[in-house]
Amino acid sequence: MPAISMKVNGQAVCGEVEGRTLLVEFLRDKLGLTGTHVGCDTSQCGACVVEVNGKAVKSCTALAISCADADVTTIEGLAQNGKLHPMQEAFREHHGLQCGFCTPGMIMAAVDIVKRKGKSLDEDTIRHELEGNICRCTGYHNIVAAVKAGAANM
Amino acid sequence: MSDTGTGIGARVKRKEDQRFITGKGNYTDDINLPKQTWAYFVRSPHAHATITSIDASAAKKMPGVVGIFTGDDVAEDKIGGLICGWMIHSKDGSPMKAGPHPILAVGKVRYVGDHVAVVVAETKDQAKAAAAAVQVDYDVLPHVVDVAHAMGHKAQIHDAAPDNRVFNWSIGDEAATDAAFKSAAHVTKIDLVNNRLIPNAMEPRAAIGSYDSGMDHYTLYTTSQNPHVARLVISAFHGLAPEHKLRVIAPDVGGGFGSKIFIYAEEVVCVWASKRIGGRPIKWTAERSESFLADAHGRDHVTHAEMATDANGKITGFKVHTKAAMGAYLSTFASCVPTYLYATLLSGQYAIPNIYAEVDAIYTNTAPVDAYRGAGRPEATYVVERIVETAARELKMDPAEFRRKNFVTQFPHQTPVIMCYDAGDYSAALDKALDIAEYKSFPERKAASAKKGKLRGIGFSAYIEACGIAPSAAIGSLGAGVGLWESAEVRVNPVGTVEVLTGSHSHGQGHETTFAQLVSDRLGIDINNVAIVHGDTDKVQFGMGTYGSRSGAVGMTAISKALDKIEAKAKRVAAAVMEASADDVEFKNGTFTVKGTDKKMAFGEVALSAYVAHKFNSAEIEPGLKESAFHDPSNFVFPAGVHIAEVEIDPDTGVTEVSSYTAVDDFGNVINPMIVEGQVHGGIVQGIGQALAEGCVYDAESGQLLTGSYMDYQMPRAANVPSFKLGFTCTPCPSNPLGMKGCGEAGAIASPAAIMNAVTNALDVKDVPMPATPHVIWKTLQPMKKAAE
Repeated sequence: MPAISMKVNGQAVCGEVEGRTLLVEFLRDKLGLTGTHVGCDTSQCGACVVEVNGKAVKSCTALAISCADADVTTIEGLAQNGKLHPMQEAFREHHGLQCGFCTPGMIMAAVDIVKRKGKSLDEDTIRHELEGNICRCTGYHNIVAAVKAGAANM
Repeated sequence: MSDTGTGIGARVKRKEDQRFITGKGNYTDDINLPKQTWAYFVRSPHAHATITSIDASAAKKMPGVVGIFTGDDVAEDKIGGLICGWMIHSKDGSPMKAGPHPILAVGKVRYVGDHVAVVVAETKDQAKAAAAAVQVDYDVLPHVVDVAHAMGHKAQIHDAAPDNRVFNWSIGDEAATDAAFKSAAHVTKIDLVNNRLIPNAMEPRAAIGSYDSGMDHYTLYTTSQNPHVARLVISAFHGLAPEHKLRVIAPDVGGGFGSKIFIYAEEVVCVWASKRIGGRPIKWTAERSESFLADAHGRDHVTHAEMATDANGKITGFKVHTKAAMGAYLSTFASCVPTYLYATLLSGQYAIPNIYAEVDAIYTNTAPVDAYRGAGRPEATYVVERIVETAARELKMDPAEFRRKNFVTQFPHQTPVIMCYDAGDYSAALDKALDIAEYKSFPERKAASAKKGKLRGIGFSAYIEACGIAPSAAIGSLGAGVGLWESAEVRVNPVGTVEVLTGSHSHGQGHETTFAQLVSDRLGIDINNVAIVHGDTDKVQFGMGTYGSRSGAVGMTAISKALDKIEAKAKRVAAAVMEASADDVEFKNGTFTVKGTDKKMAFGEVALSAYVAHKFNSAEIEPGLKESAFHDPSNFVFPAGVHIAEVEIDPDTGVTEVSSYTAVDDFGNVINPMIVEGQVHGGIVQGIGQALAEGCVYDAESGQLLTGSYMDYQMPRAANVPSFKLGFTCTPCPSNPLGMKGCGEAGAIASPAAIMNAVTNALDVKDVPMPATPHVIWKTLQPMKKAAE
């Protein structure tokens, strides 16, 4: 099995992977970073979104080996020095989560939206940009409010 | 509300959120045990077939395989099949005809995805690869997937039910209802299909079973809404081990919506087979495609309904006949969904003197059907609110005023279908909803849409639901195999912090916050000094779990009763310490005082005194401060409300946009409005999904599930729905001390009818089938366009 190394949440990591090992499997099974979730088999639900080299990626769709030497940030790496990221804080403040399963992917996707679209987001933009993430609990109402507020605070 | 702003009625931010927003949740799939193996299930590719042979010899030689088990192995260990826990009798008095439901198939498979064998291997990939190498030979049998045509079909699914009918059940007075129709001034008729849905909690089901030979003890981690019920069933019916030899843990659970109430084959197999492989833990996590195939589905009713009205527009009679799909086997609570959770709500919010309903429950070669958010009540509301809207249109009455004319206004109100409504003010909710929805100016908005070439419609849904199913003795007399009380234990620690052990289970509802609010409010202590413990049968006393919007009305009432006992005991301790009579001790805002004196003790001081036990006679007062309670409600609770949907349809594309959605709900007293609103939002979107997007489709010819992934089964996404306008009214529930009703299912119960009434109003047609996808709408419009040309 080939060995790969990458930077995850600021730390250098390495591990052996099979050619078919997905990035999400590497994160969850090899590194124990279980905050990144798998909600579907078809790259539809977005529960597995992480940041790879500054861009949001569905980690169930990327091979671990293709991310060799990449800089990866997961939900566990978003808070800095014990202080929540503004988007994390906004999800709590606006009740943007219920069961919490889609939440890591939602927050990582939301951070990426702000990077691409700026800090001032209208409801339509947020709703369309979230099309790759499914939530079954919240009806999106409070997620939209959270993303809007989180963006403004970033 | 308490002084700290964290008590009852406060919008307290959720205590559980810290772990979920930082990726520190602890879901079953996040757990890995030492020496763990992986399971993968061999599933039926056929809708209906006889198994002629299973040859696992090649698979057993595959890398990493630890064991392969079939129904023969299960039988050898005398492990029982899955059960249905509610006995329904047909109207002729005969018991329901339940076929066997083995945890691994015996002789036959009955739906695509039926569990045939399990492969256990060192890794998930190895288990999956070996499963593909298990050779199963089948003789394919005729199948039927469509409930409308399954009764008497040549595909005979179970020997026990030769015509595929499980039961033919009725409720109400048929003769009186027929008489009401004979004297009716007008009769409205409608045929409705309540489309089959796949629950799709975002966390797929998962289980880890392990056996400890040293202790002769099993442990099961599972994605359950009711771990004690799972332990009871696996112990008493599957016969795996007595309850004290089986621990069931449901850690963080990523949504349930009913689908995680049930005891499923996979979790029983994992915990049973662990002993077979020498006690190594066996883990299984469903792939999403397995969730589509093998989670219990919801709804799937075909209904004919007729409503009689008199010359004044008063409803005088209501007749309903429903064919309800059960799927290929009776799931845990399948039989009560289209009966006592459905037809008992057919009176809606209306004073209807005569109701008669008949339900045929029918096997089909599909995944089992069971409770899904609302469970019977959305189906009932859909029938009632669609026919009421249709009757109003036929009578040329305003749909709001037709409803108002027929509302129940006196309480208690005994309906002809068991339920006795205890409190409500339906006109108040209607008025508020009309106001928020700006009903009066709808014609202007319709005209504005028409100018753009769009069709605008408005639709109402005045729903009622019954939550907190009870009392246990009553439901027992109706066939329930369990009691539906709830338990709580309140443990006050010597320093005055509190743990509450609750039989309820939180899988998104926020109990760790709302339950703590109750305790903080009652004991006057900081909410951060309260911990809510749930989901582990080794920690928590027997409890019934969370479903049917019962955790507030039933679960919190149990906590409230335990807190009453805590207060009473603490008063005795405080009285002894302050050398006063217990009758003179008062407790308010966390402080015990003695009437007419300046003596006082903080709650924490009393707790410490209770444990050090220096200041009272232990023969008179037991040391310690811990109390428990079991609460069995005296009645259901009856949340109700009025939802109004407005849609705009593009006739060229058939796309429906939900332009606005108003929900006014009466949940009685509310503990945390923020959480309640969140429950309403989520429910509404599940209902909008049912109305406009979601539909489970089995191919009639092949019996295959055509909607087996998120590419084929359309989940509502953020861009498909609007933000919502909510309002609340409040008539406190008289049957529990907190005055609470339930809020978890209201949105999903109300919204399909509101949306479809709006869609049919926009198109000016009687009915459009759900899901009203762009294609369905476009097809509906084509003949109308041609006729207009």
